[in-house]
Amino acid sequence: MSINRLTGGLIDHNAPVKFSFDGNTYEGRGGDTLASALLANGVRLMGRSFKYHRPRGVVTAGSEEPNALVQLRTGGRQEPNTRATTIELFNGLTAKSQNRLVSLKFDALGINDIFHNFLAAGFYYKTFMWPRAFWEKLYEPVIRNAAGLGNLSLEDDPDCYDKGFLHCDLLIVGAGPAGLAAALTAGRAGARVILAEEDFLLGGRFLAETGGLTDMSAADWLAVTQAELAAMDNVRIMPRTTVVGAYDHGIYGALERVADHVPIPESGRPRQIFWRIYAKQAVVCAGGIERPISFENNDRPGVMLAGAVRAYVNRWAVTPAQSVVVFTNNDDGHRTARDLIAKGVSVPAVIDVRVDACASAGDIEGTEVLAGAQIVDTKGRLGIKSVTIRLANGQTRVVPCCAVAVSGGWNPNLGLTCHQRGRPVWNDTIHAFVPGADLPVGQLVAGAANGVMSTHGALKSGAESAVQALANIGIDAHPAEIPRAEDAPLSITPFWHVKGAKRAWVDFQNDVTVKDIRLAHQEGFRSVEHLKRYTTLGMATDQGKTANLTGLAVMAELTGKTIPETGATIFRPPYTPVAMGALAGRAVGREFHPTRLTPSHKWAKEQGAEFVEVGNWLRAQYFPRSGETNWRQSVDREVLATRRSVGVCDVTTLGKIDVQGAHAATFLNKIYANGFGKLPVGKVRYGVMLREDGVAYDDGTAARLAEDHFVVTTTTANAVLVYRNMEFARQCLWPDLDVQLVSTTEAWAQYAVAGPNSRKVLQKIVDATFDISNDAFPFMACGEITVCGGLRARLFRISFSGELAYEIAVPTQYGDALMRRLIEEGAEYDITPYGTEALGVMRIEKGHAAGAELNGTTTASNLGLGRMVSKKKDCIGNTLSEREGMALDGAMALVGLKPTNGDIVLAGAHLMNLEGPVDAAHDQGYVTSAAYSPVVKSSIGLSLLKDGSNRMGETLRAISPLDGSDVLVQVVSAHFVDPDGGRLRD
Amino acid sequence: MTDLKPIAALGGTTPCIEVIGDLTISEISDRALASLAARAGAGPSVAAKMKALTGLDLPEPGALVASDTWSIWWMGPDQWMVDADHASHELLERTVKSAVGSEGSVTEQTDGWCRFDITGPSSEALFERLCPVDLQSMGPQGATRTMIHHLGCFLIRLRGGCAVLGPRSSAGSLHHALVTAARSIA
Repeated sequence: MSINRLTGGLIDHNAPVKFSFDGNTYEGRGGDTLASALLANGVRLMGRSFKYHRPRGVVTAGSEEPNALVQLRTGGRQEPNTRATTIELFNGLTAKSQNRLVSLKFDALGINDIFHNFLAAGFYYKTFMWPRAFWEKLYEPVIRNAAGLGNLSLEDDPDCYDKGFLHCDLLIVGAGPAGLAAALTAGRAGARVILAEEDFLLGGRFLAETGGLTDMSAADWLAVTQAELAAMDNVRIMPRTTVVGAYDHGIYGALERVADHVPIPESGRPRQIFWRIYAKQAVVCAGGIERPISFENNDRPGVMLAGAVRAYVNRWAVTPAQSVVVFTNNDDGHRTARDLIAKGVSVPAVIDVRVDACASAGDIEGTEVLAGAQIVDTKGRLGIKSVTIRLANGQTRVVPCCAVAVSGGWNPNLGLTCHQRGRPVWNDTIHAFVPGADLPVGQLVAGAANGVMSTHGALKSGAESAVQALANIGIDAHPAEIPRAEDAPLSITPFWHVKGAKRAWVDFQNDVTVKDIRLAHQEGFRSVEHLKRYTTLGMATDQGKTANLTGLAVMAELTGKTIPETGATIFRPPYTPVAMGALAGRAVGREFHPTRLTPSHKWAKEQGAEFVEVGNWLRAQYFPRSGETNWRQSVDREVLATRRSVGVCDVTTLGKIDVQGAHAATFLNKIYANGFGKLPVGKVRYGVMLREDGVAYDDGTAARLAEDHFVVTTTTANAVLVYRNMEFARQCLWPDLDVQLVSTTEAWAQYAVAGPNSRKVLQKIVDATFDISNDAFPFMACGEITVCGGLRARLFRISFSGELAYEIAVPTQYGDALMRRLIEEGAEYDITPYGTEALGVMRIEKGHAAGAELNGTTTASNLGLGRMVSKKKDCIGNTLSEREGMALDGAMALVGLKPTNGDIVLAGAHLMNLEGPVDAAHDQGYVTSAAYSPVVKSSIGLSLLKDGSNRMGETLRAISPLDGSDVLVQVVSAHFVDPDGGRLRD
Repeated sequence: MTDLKPIAALGGTTPCIEVIGDLTISEISDRALASLAARAGAGPSVAAKMKALTGLDLPEPGALVASDTWSIWWMGPDQWMVDADHASHELLERTVKSAVGSEGSVTEQTDGWCRFDITGPSSEALFERLCPVDLQSMGPQGATRTMIHHLGCFLIRLRGGCAVLGPRSSAGSLHHALVTAARSIA
């Protein structure tokens, strides 16, 4: 049997569990935490402190633990800064201590402790000032390496995490006495209840105490209560679930640790679930957290909170050591002594700062109560060996012991009550902050969390709060009958730290001592928020749960103010650390965002297409053929084949918005800069949209299918934005117009069929009843037709490539078949599928503006589309497009560029005059798009050039310092191919 | 009758059906959809005409109405989605448009959406992992808009489960999200 293991408790003495810590193998029991199992094996030393690398042991028995932080598991599952007090032991568990160099027993960085005088609060703000450049390169890396906690493995986390959403009438946070009484009350009333408990067992302090109920054992009541709750369909019990944040509108964040108590999660199952709980009402029954008393060398392994010692003794059947002294300012410490003695553990003394301690708490058989005494020092480098006590009469006495159980009183656990900047108020009875009146909407607080410190009070306030919460939402409930329970009044004398101590720790996790607080005060950092930033009090993984109030009390003493006048820092979620994976949920890797596939995707994949991400879409970029060794060969071939005969490209990704209504044309007149009112039915028009500030933001076409029916197309990138803006305009700007909008982007598979033979191919698939000859279906015609034996389709004669071209649309489910049919029927014309690269090359050759030109800074006039902004009507952006600065002489204009000696022009290069300086002040413009044109047989570019339209033929330098290129280019027309547009109309 | 062969949203020639634990996730590809929006001031008249066509009253927000042939759910102010069997109503948009005439704007939506029906005892637990909709309080004739895996979807209560309609181009991602969540719980 392990040396510190006792009998009884809530562990399974017959279930041995093997685990390792720092390479040593130990045995624990089922129901142990890592901390309880280590204590059972006599391991008090569990970590090293943050700054001074002082040896540290476990202090608490819960999630408030500041010291016993370990690195759990190995490889991709390695998790730093895990609290040994909350880790459920499992077979094969591997943990390592952290923040030490060499070993836990010999930490080379322990040298920091010797130089502690130099390392007081704020030392690095003052010390590492010079030379300035050293901060980032030398000081910070060294400090970060020496301080700080655990390490990341830098491997991918192999586990998955879920996110989820729950709804309830009443959320009960914490399943201690108050929470269970609330759950019984609400459950019996038929309300939808969620009972969330951080621990893996329900019961709260009932699990840690021997007394509590007077007529029955707490264990029996717990068993009956739990059985009743479990049988209720309307009550969801969620153990291992920490409610970490209280957000707006009754929304709570909760982390459920589904599989942290097993070696690895089952396949496909999440390790953790991050729940968003929508609660109509919530009762916070989060209990209290005990606070330590600061005294000289109070951080040695073996110094623990008295309530935690009781929890280890009673629940986990383990004593931290065979000899434990108690140091207290209230009756609670005496309870610890009694429970230890009852289990046969030696308690050499109970040191009670109260001079009337014996009158208050009575004598304890088996130990000596030293009333009015204080611990003034401790000995024992890697674990406590003795305490030095100053007795009431001023004499000192050294008492050998291996652990100290300290109780400075209990603080209500305020986190969730203050997450919406609520300010707690001071309670003079318990000498602690309790929740104020400004709780989050729909939240009530019961039990110790509300400052009600007796068991009876907790049970009663839990039941009553549930009744109140349900009444708030119109559900009748009656308080559940509660068992008779201890109801002792609290007897406490506030006592925060032993005066005169040289180094008495307040915040164990951040190595903040009373002296540091004194220094902060001395240097003027007296506001609690300044104190926190200057000393780091209350930061890091434990957020000062055991430290904050003592820190405030010390500062209050120094300033001569009261603690409530000194105030508390702001509480922010999360209450306990949440793994990034849990926040990400399933949205990781390729599932970070959804993928959109085009209707021809399956076919394109069969062709071996290379795909490119365009927003969420995957589009075919080019279609390599055998013998082609680089992408340029494929793209050149696709361009030439299209311009020579016919090509086909999936353009489904362009946004399609169905616009209907009596005022559809009026509406589009307001949306587009150019006019649509007079567009005849059966015609398409190119249109430009402006932002409110007059800058062009999207272009596309609108096809009029009927007097009251248009189909608007947008660019792929702006499909959602344009739709959203149009909906805003419809609903908010002109609600009186009769217009209805709906997106149909993916309802139709749409293919561009381009090239001189495009009509011939289409004539083979368009049903004979439809005449698509040049006369019957001229450039910019559109119509609803049928193809391939009666399938409804839409045909638009529009061109992005500059060739005779069409776009044909069929319902998406037929898209795959239509592509295959086009390829089959087009074979005699050598029809060539082309991807986004060839599409881009052809539009640059044709001089069409696209995303690179519609870049959020360009006006219609910059793009050579100035005349499209109709002055005969109003539209969004019209007025502001007339601002003086938008139409200056010499403004940017879209031009073409061609290198003069076969060089390559790069997009992003800036244009400079041949003579003169090369700097931002003399910038002439920049290259927006560039490509190799297999038609021009040269690299070509589009650019925005100052006064561009008047500079044709001029030679400029295109300079890209990023690429180190400096190329001579000639300014030419942006239309490299078919400048007069004859091909479009053939 | 066209000789082009349609494919289902997940790319198969037949719809995909997966059984995971007690859940069945079935791709549904045999429904026709048309959106209907009443034109300005024409709500009551459109409702009357739709009643004449389908025998159903247009549903209130959050609700769905159904007969043997039709189901209709609310999708926005004065806006509904009409659903019928694809084989018998492939031209659903025209049928509805003929019924409402110039008082309604009707748009074919059949292929704008993919649909998965999820049935089985764990379906409520499944949707807890997917979207913030409270299925328990939704009721048997519920239909609502929600986000699943970043996708705007319709969620419709079915007997013994739910139907999810999501953007067709993202059918694969939506299906992946459903299947992953199912493996998480089933």
